[in-house]
Amino acid sequence: MPHQVAVFLENKPGKLERVTGLLAGAGINIRAITIADSGDFGVLKLLVDKPAITCNILAQNGLVATVRRVVAMKIPDKPGGLLNIARILTRQKINIDDAYGFVLKSGETAVFVIQVKDPDTAADLLKAEGIQLLGDNDLYFL
Amino acid sequence: MTIWNKKFECISPGELEQLQLERLQSTLNRVSRNVVFYQKIFEREGIIPERIRELSDLRRIPFTSRRTLRAAYPYDMFAVPLREVVRLQTSSGTTQEPIVVGYTRNDVEHWTELVARVLTGAGINRDDVIQISFDYGLFPGALGMHYGAEAVGASVIPASTAGSRRQITVMRDFRSTVLIAAPGYGLRLARMIREMKINPQDLFLRVGLFGAETWSENLRRELEERLRIKAYDFYGLSELFNPGVASECEAQNGLHIFEDHFIPEIIDPGTGRPLDFGEEGELVLTSITKEAFPLIRYRTGDITTLIKGKCSCGRTLVRMARVKGRTDDMFSVLGVSVFPSQVEEILTRIEGTEPHFQIRIDREADREVVKLLVEISPEIFSDEMKKMQKLKREIKGEIYKLLDLEVEVKLVEPGALIGRGEGVRRVIDNRNRG
Repeated sequence: MPHQVAVFLENKPGKLERVTGLLAGAGINIRAITIADSGDFGVLKLLVDKPAITCNILAQNGLVATVRRVVAMKIPDKPGGLLNIARILTRQKINIDDAYGFVLKSGETAVFVIQVKDPDTAADLLKAEGIQLLGDNDLYFL
Repeated sequence: MTIWNKKFECISPGELEQLQLERLQSTLNRVSRNVVFYQKIFEREGIIPERIRELSDLRRIPFTSRRTLRAAYPYDMFAVPLREVVRLQTSSGTTQEPIVVGYTRNDVEHWTELVARVLTGAGINRDDVIQISFDYGLFPGALGMHYGAEAVGASVIPASTAGSRRQITVMRDFRSTVLIAAPGYGLRLARMIREMKINPQDLFLRVGLFGAETWSENLRRELEERLRIKAYDFYGLSELFNPGVASECEAQNGLHIFEDHFIPEIIDPGTGRPLDFGEEGELVLTSITKEAFPLIRYRTGDITTLIKGKCSCGRTLVRMARVKGRTDDMFSVLGVSVFPSQVEEILTRIEGTEPHFQIRIDREADREVVKLLVEISPEIFSDEMKKMQKLKREIKGEIYKLLDLEVEVKLVEPGALIGRGEGVRRVIDNRNRG
């Protein structure tokens, strides 16, 4: 199951540059990035190839960061691709805390990532519905 | 419960009054002869030391302020020539210029005895191994503790400012039973113990003495739980003795002031009017045994109350409540007076750990706006935005509920509030700026 790094950031110019600079300096590759903004602060979420190291680097540089497991699944990059997943989630009553997606290969495959309370149960349910789930390695070496 | 010096710590009220009066008279005599500042004041106010017949006469003498001590830098407030001074230290103060404080051999002896009382009051004795994690430098706290700890016959480890890991290794391997540190540092060590995967029960620690910064009952509970100790408060100030002015006994219900060496008063910090037992105000202290650096009616800037009534420990010396804050930190907004320590207490409870925060007061279009900046720590960070929003609402709500104060809460990154080489300034009041 892939790991997602979350970082607390004040909403000020230069903050994103700082984080990405730290990761670039350590040779860390970012697969996906999303920012939830709340006016004065934001929570930056990253899928990276070395989540634990990323978390350490950020903490050593005085930032507060956490790692958590998320569920990532492969979906077809075509109209209605996400709808199928949404239906399954509704049917299985899986409540999503946060979600985002990105395209792997245009017109072919996309990845949909969900942050849920209980990722293991969610993963089992989705797998049973025939959804192809991705692990840490699958994400970075696709 | 052991008492270090029963004769003085359990003195009867009548005897104490007599002793204080004699010592006060001799102190006033000395300063009127040897300290130009007091000479001038006594002359101006028509005060003749020989005519001070009652303790209440003390109230006729004007206060001594920190400003006076700064103006006297370095030696103008000394009451003895330097050849009689055996030690020089400076008073702390994060932003202000230092004050040089001297001690004669007798002063050091008194100080040592008072610290021995502090330690004994916390149940410490010759079987203890005391780890002193204060900076052994210009500030007096570490050496003061050290001398007292040797006097009670304990084994003393001058751990000073060794790094946290080193401190814990020493604590574990040397089997320290007592930790003496600033409360915030105690918490940092507790965190490091967890990080090093050491079970606090495998340590030998049983008592902690915490001081040198304002702390709260919440923080006491947290330190006691996390380190599995009994945590005691002590009080002192570098201008007099630090530590060695007052300390808690095993009842943990107020700090006994060593009244055979200091006469305490509580005043209204605004008007200077004397206040009664139980009334909250600024602590004013007169030293009555100090030789090198005596102070008459010194305004400590610390807010507390004097507690009347007998203490279960048997000591008769008056108690003061835990210091609530500093007069220079207190602020009033929209008719509400607030101490940063109250905000600290609320935040500690919500965060479950020592908070870092700053209060900023601005005037925006004739309206007073209070912003509370709270540093995010790993303990309170959540990657769920709704939990972060809830945290903000909770802080705002609790502060409104308990302090009747409307604040705008802003979450900031760790370290955002620390200035260069200084501690966090608790309050920044921009109302009277250009």
